[in-house]
Amino acid sequence: MNELLDHAAGFAALCFMVAMAFALARLFRGPRAQDRVLAFDALYITGMLTLLTLGIRARSTVYFDMALLIGLFGFVGSTALAKFLLRGEVIEP
Amino acid sequence: MTEIALSPWVAVPATVLLVSGGLLTLVGSLGLLRLKGFYARMHSPTMGATLGTGCVLVASMLVSSAVAHRAVIHELLIAAFLTMTAPITAILLMRAARSRTKPE
Repeated sequence: MNELLDHAAGFAALCFMVAMAFALARLFRGPRAQDRVLAFDALYITGMLTLLTLGIRARSTVYFDMALLIGLFGFVGSTALAKFLLRGEVIEP
Repeated sequence: MTEIALSPWVAVPATVLLVSGGLLTLVGSLGLLRLKGFYARMHSPTMGATLGTGCVLVASMLVSSAVAHRAVIHELLIAAFLTMTAPITAILLMRAARSRTKPE
């Protein structure tokens, strides 16, 4: 049963890696800036999922903290970028 | 990988959840790459952000609860945080795209 779960975690990590490659391709190719911000949003969520999958594979809870931090800072970054595209200012006076 | 033997009642649902979460996220990201137009691309990564994340988080909760022999539910923190923050980014990005494509 453990081998089955490890193989499933490896498969999921592979899927997430390919998904991150797709998001990265959109990040480099995106015709406009909002496409790039959207690709960044998808990229950090997929990276967070990759860390959670590695945590399942290693049976460790250390990866959880990293995933939480990636979610936190990714939200801050993508919201700041979207706000900048919207108004030209991140924090308005 | 470790010597802790998980029971099939934990391993099989976690396996199914991991595989389906990985495939859902892959399909969502493929849509991000392949779809035409920003408004069409807007909705496809949300599949990975909602269903894929939910599947992986439930699998992680199952496995870590089975390893620790008690209920480990701190993955709900990520779920609640993502549920709160994903629409904020989506709304801001959509408004930015509208104001950038149609200047008046």
